[in-house]
Amino acid sequence: MKIVSLCGLLGYGYSEEALDIAFSENVDYVGVDAGSTDPGPYYLGSGKSFTDRAAVKRDLALALPKALEQRAPFIIGTAGGAGGAVHTDWLVEIIKEIASEQSLSFKLGIIYSDVDKDYVLSKLDAGKVIPMCETFSLDKKAVNDSERIVSQIGIAPILDMLKEKVDVIVAGRACDTAIYAAPCIYEGYDPGLAFHMAKIMECGAMCCEPVAAADVMQGYMHKDYFELCPANPARRCSAQRAAAHTMYEQTNPFMIYEPDGEINLKNSKFEQIDERTVRISGSVFTEAKEKTLKLEGVKKVGYRTVCIGGIYDPLTIENFDFIEKTVKDFVKQNASFSPDDYTFMFRRYGSAESNMGIVIDVVGKTQEIADTICSLARSRTLHCDYIERKSSAGNVAFPFSPSDIHVGEVYEFSVFHLVKVDSLSETVKTKIEEVGK
Amino acid sequence: MKLIELARILRSKNAGPLYITFDLMFDNREKMQKALNGITKEKIEKAYNVDQKLIDIISYEIVDSIKITFPRKCISGSIHDDDVYGCQQHMPLANIEI
Repeated sequence: MKIVSLCGLLGYGYSEEALDIAFSENVDYVGVDAGSTDPGPYYLGSGKSFTDRAAVKRDLALALPKALEQRAPFIIGTAGGAGGAVHTDWLVEIIKEIASEQSLSFKLGIIYSDVDKDYVLSKLDAGKVIPMCETFSLDKKAVNDSERIVSQIGIAPILDMLKEKVDVIVAGRACDTAIYAAPCIYEGYDPGLAFHMAKIMECGAMCCEPVAAADVMQGYMHKDYFELCPANPARRCSAQRAAAHTMYEQTNPFMIYEPDGEINLKNSKFEQIDERTVRISGSVFTEAKEKTLKLEGVKKVGYRTVCIGGIYDPLTIENFDFIEKTVKDFVKQNASFSPDDYTFMFRRYGSAESNMGIVIDVVGKTQEIADTICSLARSRTLHCDYIERKSSAGNVAFPFSPSDIHVGEVYEFSVFHLVKVDSLSETVKTKIEEVGK
Repeated sequence: MKLIELARILRSKNAGPLYITFDLMFDNREKMQKALNGITKEKIEKAYNVDQKLIDIISYEIVDSIKITFPRKCISGSIHDDDVYGCQQHMPLANIEI
């Protein structure tokens, strides 16, 4: 069975030639991961995608007709970058736009994975919340303060969709591995191999030389092993890279943890079978006695305004500790807001004696508060006097006008916890639509 | 000798928003073993101001690598964080003397 991974992240791009090569033989399934928590909490909170709409559309518009032509189900996980309902709908809209432009028709399965606060609160009450890190616990307030909470689904809801014989699956927040493991398991292959192959494939051609998240990867699943080979002839998959990739962004290189269970890689074998292909076997899946899903939630903590500047006078740089203290005292005395209403700091970049970058970083309870504090801090920093100062016209080179930049809402992770579940599909809402008919 | 002089790859990255993880890859088993003998939780605790009880050091012989993981000081993207992806946190580790 052959699975194609378009690239490490939908919207990062891939070579069109590589896609053609991948589809020059029979393809059974196509997948792509469309999101990540790496870019931080903002995107889940704001409902926006960190990926670019035009780039996402390009990546889909080339691959979708090929997948449909070969009747290879196309599975997309963590739609819209963060996988909330709003993000999922954003991606569905792009897909429908492509369908209309290219006159495509297909059966579309949508999996929403948002959870409401009552769901999380009831898990808390029942003692079914497990922290991922002992320094980050969960209480009712954190749940109630959350803007949006999603569950990271595993293979179960995708298996349900595959049973419905849909052509395209768009899932909200999902394990990256679920995209590629689900079809293998649906076809009856070994789950240990399925999850291990998925773990490597979800990053596109990251396990290749030259390395690239932005290229097409091919996985071939067999009964007792799987093989990986990049579609682009300019790349090769090496046993070393494939083995090394297993440790990427993981806390433990020997184990992959999934909602369904864990995969032990201690006895995995990586063999180079030709110049560009690696064969992997021996990865073992053990089903979890108690199934869990990870929840991710964010809360709004304010609004940010920043000001970026450069300092090229060594004497100013030398005196910057004094300037910082003077400005902080000045802001405290002159602002008509309580210090509880904002956070204000200087971020310093570079320590060469004749070149230092600064960012005045203010997060206020409202955008107006952030603007006011940033403005006070900027003007006071610019004109702050210090002993033996000669450059008395100004301390900071501002590269931009306006100097102060509205960054907008600021979010922080409020929930990043496992919950014990009765069913691995208990958090999802699904719908199936006929598109273009 | 500094750890960076021994390693071929020495990188940091988020392992989710709560943890930072470091991958150290070496040209051969000998170098890996030398690094492993030289890295202690005490040294990492000092370099990163993190409680050594929270530090995990795992060797991964298949690819002559070592993995080090501990909780981030600031959760990724929180107000005081200065590296959302966590990919520029490796220098204190790189400079550890072994």
